[in-house]
Amino acid sequence: MGVPLAGALAACGSSGPSSSTASGSAGAAGSGASYWYLTGQPGEGIRKGTVDRFNAANAGTQIAQTAFQNDAYKTKIKTALGAGQAPTIIWGWGGGGLKSYVEASQVEDLTSWFGENAAVKDKLFPGSFGAATVDGKIYAMPCETVQPIVLYYNKSVFEKVGAQPPTSWDDIMALVPKFNDAGIAPFSLGGQSRWTNMMWLEFLFDRIGGPEVFQAAFDGEKDAWSNPDAITALTKMQDLIKANGFIKGFSSITADSNADQALLYTGKAAMMLHGAWTYGSMKNDGGDFVKGGHLGWMNFPPVAGGKGDPSNTVGNPGQYLSISSKATDAEKETAKKFFTTGVLDAPEVKAWIDTGSIPIVKGADSNIGTSEDAEWLKFVYGVSSNAKVFAQSWDQALPPSAAETLLDNIAKLFQLSITPEQFATNLNAVTNS
Amino acid sequence: MTLASVGSARPAPSRSAQSVHGRSLGWLAVPALVFFTTFGILPLIGVLLLSFTTWDGIGEVVPSGLTSWKAVLSDPQLPHAMWVTFQVAVLSWLFQTPMSILLGVFLAGAQKYRAFLAVLYFIPLLLSSAAIAITFKALLDPNFGLGTGLSLPFLSQDWLGEPKLALGVVVFVVSWQFIPFHSLIYQGAVRQIPTSMYEAAQIDGAGRIRQFFSITLPQLKNTIITSSTLMVVGSLTFFDLIYVLTAGGPGDATRVLALQMYITGFQGNLMGPASALGVILVIVGLLLALLFRRIGGGDKTASQLEGA
Repeated sequence: MGVPLAGALAACGSSGPSSSTASGSAGAAGSGASYWYLTGQPGEGIRKGTVDRFNAANAGTQIAQTAFQNDAYKTKIKTALGAGQAPTIIWGWGGGGLKSYVEASQVEDLTSWFGENAAVKDKLFPGSFGAATVDGKIYAMPCETVQPIVLYYNKSVFEKVGAQPPTSWDDIMALVPKFNDAGIAPFSLGGQSRWTNMMWLEFLFDRIGGPEVFQAAFDGEKDAWSNPDAITALTKMQDLIKANGFIKGFSSITADSNADQALLYTGKAAMMLHGAWTYGSMKNDGGDFVKGGHLGWMNFPPVAGGKGDPSNTVGNPGQYLSISSKATDAEKETAKKFFTTGVLDAPEVKAWIDTGSIPIVKGADSNIGTSEDAEWLKFVYGVSSNAKVFAQSWDQALPPSAAETLLDNIAKLFQLSITPEQFATNLNAVTNS
Repeated sequence: MTLASVGSARPAPSRSAQSVHGRSLGWLAVPALVFFTTFGILPLIGVLLLSFTTWDGIGEVVPSGLTSWKAVLSDPQLPHAMWVTFQVAVLSWLFQTPMSILLGVFLAGAQKYRAFLAVLYFIPLLLSSAAIAITFKALLDPNFGLGTGLSLPFLSQDWLGEPKLALGVVVFVVSWQFIPFHSLIYQGAVRQIPTSMYEAAQIDGAGRIRQFFSITLPQLKNTIITSSTLMVVGSLTFFDLIYVLTAGGPGDATRVLALQMYITGFQGNLMGPASALGVILVIVGLLLALLFRRIGGGDKTASQLEGA
């Protein structure tokens, strides 16, 4: 009788930590705090480094750290919060997810703390606080890096085929048959992860209809997804899929395994739309692909006749650290001390820049000059600071239940099993509230 | 004949079991009962109660009557998920049962090399579902997998990206994992068949194939029912393997009921509807288990069970 359930529950439990590196000293349990974050180099090493430095400098207040894989973490953290077993410091993406924690009174209001510690706040990009704010109050400390979504391309492949990087959507559609004829997939895509597909729609919506189209849906306006511009964007999306714009088997490729990046740097695919964070991993894994200057990049090109400003971008304006409201006062103090002295300290800022990311610290661009990734870093800094609108990823902005419907329908849209109109109807049903 | 042979095989143990039973060793069942109540019944009641509430997994649990049930029952995903689950159950049964019986019969032989092979065949059972899924996912990768590596065009299909192929792959991998287990059950059952029956058949001039169909298969009737119940009811709970292998994709082509429940609850944060799905899973599982008991039911089975 209990068997089916027990099986399912046991399976959930198996998605445990992929590496457990609790380094808190046993003696300081009283004032120790815990901190969960994501695996994946180079970010994992940098996060660990920051905590290790903090622990070394503060013998009395230790932080125990555990790292989880991205998709597993998203589930794990919610379950832990619900069970009252959340870590002191909660790593997150801000936006809709943070809002659901706030509504459940699970995270501390940091507004007054930031008021008292203006120096901490002033150090960071002002734009990063948007996704940390719910109803005018700040519930998270922005941290780490700004990560716009970027259109990458493989320069060697372009040379081989004799093609020029696209400057418009029409160029993209024209490049598709060219690369397919050469036996190279035009675009790499880790479609099983679903949010990877979503990045395409985020840009198409913006370039065709401007940021207002998604904003209307986000605000819960009636039939916002049926906006003609939205339908145009969805139709163009399916046109690209029907023209075999994406690599064969994209719907079974996951982004967590970085297989989509491998397709780009091995030359099996010519282009890839992906987050700025993939620069670091391609540099790590791709041999001399990045170092040898074979990686090209650009902001998503405009669509002819579209209303969106071509400087706009989407992505993660930062990552976010919240403090669990269930933590003890001593743990909360440790966390705040970590926010003040640990997070984005000078070595961390340098470490992020060394891996090709822009930390959300003002004046970070002054550190770029000597970096071997200077060109890339300047580009990311430029895109992030010049964007008229830096939109947050849809699935992070929306509340989790709507985000799930969105991702589900995006997967079906890319599978061509629903039409743009059906997509709009399905989503109108969940965002009209 | 079956009855007689099984019954006469062990009259003594059954009588002593009877007398031990008479002295009431019912308390022996207590530990199992405690565990089952704690980890089986109580969560089940919890899930039933949760299905009448609205809960996002982290906030307050708010009673909301039939809201969750209405949401689940009106969701077109439910019939879809049930259909996928049904397909997985039926296809994997059709694939596993003949293979398991044949392998089980083969392994029941006393030859040395068969004992060796039995160990080999047993290996998939030792691996965790997640490991199996990751391995097959890598092997079947359309761009970096076995097909491309060995330059075998027929192997480089979009195995997990085409809805029909993906379902086939799921059934295949599930079978690959569980055939060893069911073979083991059949191996044991075949070894229980009295050799005298085969000797008698040989004297009557029955060939191997005739023996298989006239003696082995009928003698395995109860084992087939047991194994089928395990297979079909077990297939309702396939989650880990499918989650890692396809995540229910492409689209929702392999999204079985258990996965639908997980996605609703833990990714959509809708614990109420997810609990309702859980209750549906339990009910379907119970009905199926009852159905299989019925199929194997009747007086004959009852008395055979007693003997065994």
